[in-house]
Amino acid sequence: MSEAQRNLPPVTVETRPFWEACRDGRLLLQQCRGCGHRQFYPRLVCSQCLGRELDWIEACGRGQVESFTIMRQAISPAYRNDLPYVVAIIRLAEGPTMLSNVIDCDPEALQIGMDVELRWATVTDEITLPKFGPA
Amino acid sequence: MSSLRARTAIVAAADTKVGAVPEMSATQLCVDAACRAIEAAGIGKEQVDGLLTCNAMAEPYMYHAEMIAEYLQIFPRYCMSIGAGGGTTFALVHHAATAIANGLCDTVLIATADAMRSGLSKERAFALMSSAGHPQFESPYGPSIPAFYALIAQAHMHAYGTTPEQLAAVAVNARDYASRNPAAQKREPITIDDVLASRMIADPLHVLDCSLVSDGGAAIILTSAERARDFPGEPVYLLGAGEGHSHEHISQARSLTTSAAVESGQRAYTMAGLGPRDIDVAELYDCFTPVLLIELEDLGFCDKGAAGEFVLAGELGPGGSLPTNTHGGLLAHCHPGNPGSMFSLTEAVRQLRGESCNQVAGAEVALAHAQGGIMSSHATLILGTEATR
Repeated sequence: MSEAQRNLPPVTVETRPFWEACRDGRLLLQQCRGCGHRQFYPRLVCSQCLGRELDWIEACGRGQVESFTIMRQAISPAYRNDLPYVVAIIRLAEGPTMLSNVIDCDPEALQIGMDVELRWATVTDEITLPKFGPA
Repeated sequence: MSSLRARTAIVAAADTKVGAVPEMSATQLCVDAACRAIEAAGIGKEQVDGLLTCNAMAEPYMYHAEMIAEYLQIFPRYCMSIGAGGGTTFALVHHAATAIANGLCDTVLIATADAMRSGLSKERAFALMSSAGHPQFESPYGPSIPAFYALIAQAHMHAYGTTPEQLAAVAVNARDYASRNPAAQKREPITIDDVLASRMIADPLHVLDCSLVSDGGAAIILTSAERARDFPGEPVYLLGAGEGHSHEHISQARSLTTSAAVESGQRAYTMAGLGPRDIDVAELYDCFTPVLLIELEDLGFCDKGAAGEFVLAGELGPGGSLPTNTHGGLLAHCHPGNPGSMFSLTEAVRQLRGESCNQVAGAEVALAHAQGGIMSSHATLILGTEATR
């Protein structure tokens, strides 16, 4: 199955800087200049104080598995060759959580609380997805 | 605004045939449910001056409630459809009660239906299945709806030692009640071993930890407490209602193991002036087995983390301390998508009228809870008989 049939993020004017940075191998978060809150995903305003002055900061790329599941049934043929694959919520060292895949590991050996670090997965010329692997 | 406690009452409740109903479209199921409720209320359609619906995935309309009004040639003064996933139907009741208490309308028909089993084209079903979650920040990773609930289950197991057997016991309880409900879609009793031996979908959820895919509809009629006595059926009073909304996407949830059912439940209990110990029968949203465990805890029926033992001890069964999902729930009765929780409501009405096929003796107060999205949008209703007003 071709990679093109995977679900690709519909990039918006709001998230373009994020996805462009991913292509360059940098995971960006937003940090509020007013209250210091760090957030993912990218937003127009700070979700804590509604401040509009947000700086992009680069995440260190480390995190922990907050929860995970092993997919035994693919959502579409494009994902079938990945089976069994791990869908996980990762808590980044900077605080925010994000959904991702944990790759380069035995799914059965995965545990909540395990340390993980960034792995980049090129999907198309435009889209590179931040994924994680054992630290 | 003064309290909504006992200001409104359900005067009619009706279900369509459920399960696989290929001979009817989603719109027809909605209309069938509506007409059954109107008939049960013993009124003419011109007396319906409020109409609330939720859109159908199998046959969506831009203005769904207006479409149903047009179809039935009803001309309401209060009319809308609401979408809050599985929490929709109880949010509809909450809105309807508020509208009646404030004089916006007198007699509200709430009718919901969908044809998730027979009415979706292969392309549409495929598109729904393959595009769960946030389009940019979840969906590209290939999650499914069961996977999102599996994330919750794993977190609960990790935090509280909940076991796959305890999850399975939720499904076993649902089937047990459904085995005595001739209307239920799945009536063969199952065991914990059956659940654990069924196909794994997304660890730790087996196929039997997942709810059904169904066609079906249900409707109720809500009116003011004053008018309720004019109807032929025994009124079932809305004693408490509350909502809580915490996120849309599970990767953005405040907590994986504690939900906004805490807030929706507390708001409903406060309005009703009642607590968990006053509840005789519960009808709780069970789209996946871990959801019901979290609801039992967050609604105060047991301590946080103790729901697995509570269920395994048989507390939800006949004669248990909290008979729950006495129609079979979404796991065994039917689950036609967003309208699913309406069947909890119609079952609660049957319980309080002494008409359930799994009747809880002397049931006076029922609690019904639903959630939509991925533990996102919660609504709790507390209902009571005349004696509880």
